[in-house]
Amino acid sequence: MIPLDMMNVDTDQIIPKQFLKLIQKSGYGDFLFYDRRFGHDGRPKKDFILNDPKFEKRQILLTRDNFGCGSSREHAVWALFDYGIRVVIASSFADIFYNNCFKRGLLPIYLSQSEIEYIFNLVHTDDVIAEISLDKQTISISGKKMNFNIDPTRKKMLLEGIDEIGFTLSLNDQILDYEKASRVVDYNKYLV
Amino acid sequence: MGKTLFEKVWDSHVVIDDGNKNTGDTNAPSLIYVDRHLVHEVTSPQAFASLKQSGRQVRHPELTIATTDHNVSTENRTLPIVDSVSKMQLETLTRNCKEFGITIYDINSPEQGIVHVIGPELGFTLPGTTIVCGDSHTSTHGAFGALAFGIGTSEVEHVLATQCIWMYKPKSFLIKIEGNPRKSHAITSKDIILKIIRKIGTDGGTGTVIEYRGDVISRLSMEQRMTICNMSIEGGARAGLIAPDETTFNYLKGRRYAPKETELEGLIEFWTANLKSDANAKFDRVETINVTDLAPQVTWGTNPSMVADITDSIPSPEEFAQGNENKRKLAVRALEYMNLEPGTPLTNLHVDRVFIGSCTNSRLEDLIEASLVVKGRKVSTKVRAMVVPGSQKVKSDAEKLGLDTVFKDSGFEWRESGCSMCLGMNPDILLPGERCASTSNRNFEGRQGAGGRTHLVSPIMAAACALEGHFVDVRDWL
Ligand code: SF4
Repeated sequence: MIPLDMMNVDTDQIIPKQFLKLIQKSGYGDFLFYDRRFGHDGRPKKDFILNDPKFEKRQILLTRDNFGCGSSREHAVWALFDYGIRVVIASSFADIFYNNCFKRGLLPIYLSQSEIEYIFNLVHTDDVIAEISLDKQTISISGKKMNFNIDPTRKKMLLEGIDEIGFTLSLNDQILDYEKASRVVDYNKYLV
Repeated sequence: MGKTLFEKVWDSHVVIDDGNKNTGDTNAPSLIYVDRHLVHEVTSPQAFASLKQSGRQVRHPELTIATTDHNVSTENRTLPIVDSVSKMQLETLTRNCKEFGITIYDINSPEQGIVHVIGPELGFTLPGTTIVCGDSHTSTHGAFGALAFGIGTSEVEHVLATQCIWMYKPKSFLIKIEGNPRKSHAITSKDIILKIIRKIGTDGGTGTVIEYRGDVISRLSMEQRMTICNMSIEGGARAGLIAPDETTFNYLKGRRYAPKETELEGLIEFWTANLKSDANAKFDRVETINVTDLAPQVTWGTNPSMVADITDSIPSPEEFAQGNENKRKLAVRALEYMNLEPGTPLTNLHVDRVFIGSCTNSRLEDLIEASLVVKGRKVSTKVRAMVVPGSQKVKSDAEKLGLDTVFKDSGFEWRESGCSMCLGMNPDILLPGERCASTSNRNFEGRQGAGGRTHLVSPIMAAACALEGHFVDVRDWL
């Protein structure tokens, strides 16, 4: 588990703009937290947590309030995922980032401030192993078990990897009904 | 019980209520119809690629418009694009639009501009509609009483394919703005929204749609209302909303995509009757702020809630944190990054750069206001200042008024339209350590260039700052 002891980590930091010029969905791992990880000379900064060999190849990122705020760039999720992160634990998330996580199979877990504090205290002193069950919605760390919340729909999406567009398209009759019959104002007609 | 404006727009766009009841989800997402979709080059390539890969169509190409803004050069447009990766992204959007039949206002178009500037300008943005874009500042369009919010790239693909989006219903948040600023011509809507974010914090609006209301709001022009709604996302909100009124309707008249004459009259009648919160509507949260004594606002830190009055000094981390240890640490880091000492008066801060632009403050009115400050005066020799109009139309309208000459004569660079140094994806960036007075919306670390230091202000504050080379209280000028 990587302890990133900061609140308000914005998506500009998670993946800086110079890497948004690419047109594919993968290959962003090396650029995760780029300006935090590397100096202007391109050398790794010693004081940044991701450069600490102790936390290499970890799959869980632990952080604080309002993670993923700012820009809507889904590249932030892709970068975390490509780097190898599979779970982000925070006390809260920004809305768009939280939504984006599920599209790539990244699990965002929010816990109470005191639970976050408890885990930080452990991680600061030791490298901890967490056991996470999405199915049971539990995290076990050093013998302490915590429950987390997730909406059933999102949980199902992660567990089963639903093709959301395919699912929505299967509801075409209802979309057509809205377009043709049930809407109060047809705003489409001004654009045809 | 009555409904809020947000609920009314939401309810009239529900295609399927709680579509996933079968999962036993008590707070299931609803399928919401999207009336208008805006696309730009940065967050769309992967969406189009994936659409193609799965052999899917765009359901309603006519409901989407595209532009290139984030990545474009703001220098002479007749020159070839040097950055080959940028070039590829711009060309990819043009190709995708062509392939799927989507109208694009690209770099060669006289209507190109920042996506949130051209939407309203073209009359694409209408009251009562739902509008999405793969961009967090889509909240701008809420100024028209539209439910407008940013989405991720996967959702862009979903909207292209289905014209709908699954969404958990946000909560409603009313912000009442009371009082009237003294020296109101020197206090702008940028100062109001910065003050609001200072009060509620960068996550104060998380999970909500904010409605702004009050006499001050009613008196604001559409441009100023857009500035407020634009920055709703900086307070964490999904969207910002202002009920449409005469000002809104007048703005729409004669615009390209806006309905015409009797059709518009009919809609105005409908909007007037329907698009406001009922008197007995219940909001999940209400805040009131009084702006009578509001001073020009300046950010000192690395998020848009780290704000001070121009008459203040840089606060100490303790003062800012009010006992919250994590906030204190954040402020310590912010001050270090910004290279600032607590206790320094803001008016003592020298700047290297001034940027007037971005979807927050690059509309004609912003440029007119700034030009009034600048006219007949010279930019400090220590400052490099630039004006980047929000769109080609803003640029040409401004040129008709002679604003380009005013700015250039005083020493500003006068550029082509685009996002420019709001996020620095093009060559317009701050160098490490440079300090900038910027009319944009984000002062995050590295936002305007790695190591760059951003202070958010209103256009008139930025203009005055350019002349003096340091922050000044623009109230003394106007
Ligand atoms: S001007 Fe800035 S905030 Fe607005 S769309 Fe462009 S990059 Fe985003």
